[in-house]
Amino acid sequence: MKQFDELSLLEIVDEVKDGDLIGIPADYSGVPMEFTKELIKKGVKDLKLYCLPLTTIQGDMLIGSGCVSEIEAAAVTLGEFGLAPRFSEAVEAGHLLIKDSTCPALHAQLQATEKSVPFMPLRGVIGSDIQKYRKDWQIIENPMKFSGNMNEPILLLPAVQLDILIFHAPCVDKNGNIQIGRRRELATLAHASTKVFVTTEKILDIDFFEDELSAATCLPALYVDGISVVQNGAWPCALPGVYGADNDEIKKYSIAAKTKKGFDDYMKNYLFT
Amino acid sequence: MIELKREELLISELADLLVNDKHIAVGAASPIPGAAALLVKEEAKLQNNRLRVTILHSNKYNNFTDGARELFDCAAQGRIDTFFLGGVQIDGEANINLVGTGSYEKIEKRFPGSFGSALMYFVVPQIILFREEHSPRTLVDKVDFISAPGFSDENIYRPGGPKFLLTNRALFKFNKQKKRFCLLKIHNNESIENIIKLTGFKFDVDDKITNMSIPNKTRIDILRNKISYMVSEFYPEFADRIWGV
Repeated sequence: MKQFDELSLLEIVDEVKDGDLIGIPADYSGVPMEFTKELIKKGVKDLKLYCLPLTTIQGDMLIGSGCVSEIEAAAVTLGEFGLAPRFSEAVEAGHLLIKDSTCPALHAQLQATEKSVPFMPLRGVIGSDIQKYRKDWQIIENPMKFSGNMNEPILLLPAVQLDILIFHAPCVDKNGNIQIGRRRELATLAHASTKVFVTTEKILDIDFFEDELSAATCLPALYVDGISVVQNGAWPCALPGVYGADNDEIKKYSIAAKTKKGFDDYMKNYLFT
Repeated sequence: MIELKREELLISELADLLVNDKHIAVGAASPIPGAAALLVKEEAKLQNNRLRVTILHSNKYNNFTDGARELFDCAAQGRIDTFFLGGVQIDGEANINLVGTGSYEKIEKRFPGSFGSALMYFVVPQIILFREEHSPRTLVDKVDFISAPGFSDENIYRPGGPKFLLTNRALFKFNKQKKRFCLLKIHNNESIENIIKLTGFKFDVDDKITNMSIPNKTRIDILRNKISYMVSEFYPEFADRIWGV
């Protein structure tokens, strides 16, 4: 029996429901742009984006297309190409709820879910306005007598369970194990998500577990609900180790998306050609 | 006399602050700090010294294998000596704002967000604040939003914090006891009066204030012939603009 479900891209898109809390990988860990394109075409609504720890063009496009009601992130940016224009405008207009966070907190909240514990402590952050505005975070005094400093205030972050995660990977083996290389945050995301789907450049007729090197750099198939082969699936974002970002295209987007009209024109072309 | 770009001067100025480090990490949107870190590493190599550099947005110049959280874990373990932070606004008590201007829940101009600053600022011994634009709108009396505070109460775990602030016009040192910056160096074309005019917060002036140092020819050669190509791997736009590579 085949050890994994091979799906069409549209079947994966159909798994995303309005209102889902969806895991969003950073620009360095395999952004599923072809999937995002189809998701926007479908017209999904009220998504809550959980970025680990940031998003670039993927988040900005979803926000600009009206698919998102809430976002939790440490940053939304087009990197070298400046601010994420649809994101900034949506926040300034009050159309988007942003739960401002900081990178290690976004990691820690998922790590709590990985361990199935209700919260995770984190140092730092106390005294920032990030902490001040996060009513779902709590500060306690360190209760441990022999670990850390007595009476030290420490921040507690709630475990976050994602509804669904989609990312793009270089390759998959014949048993559905996913090659993620050093991008271990993809494993953290997957462990903390109820459903996980992967788009990939190719499926290889080998077994990653037969070699210690490839075994150590894969996400085991047991965490994955379905796989779809989508060539060039991260474009225009980079797929680390396989292809670089198409900086000309991202720059083109960064200029077009400065206005709503420019964004709409860009998206018409991007989605339907 | 070699003609120097302002960016090259800043890279060299930052590099001088890194010479005693064992491990330097560089985060998002930081081509100048990234170039400075790689430059010091190259110079250390020539002296037969070992220095590690982790550029977060590079695959090649990156020591981590445990995912994006490793930077924060590594920093919390005390294994990173220097890290760089910027800010939409930086104030006289070294509070930094990476979120936006206006009051928080009715933001006027939204910027990307706080990144990892709210932990890194607490745990890395030498934080260098770097913001090219030196003006009353970037260097303010009080930030509109605190992404990470410049100082903390005694009972908060905080081995790290701000040590320097570099802009394209000046270098300041932060005095933790006084919670106040002190002007150390100014750009060759600058006067103290002009710096005072362009800085939105009050600061001290060092008795031995000098101009920024001009890098020697060896350093410029390494920068232009080697570091420029390394930087183009992770900041292609910057490397193209400054060095045409």
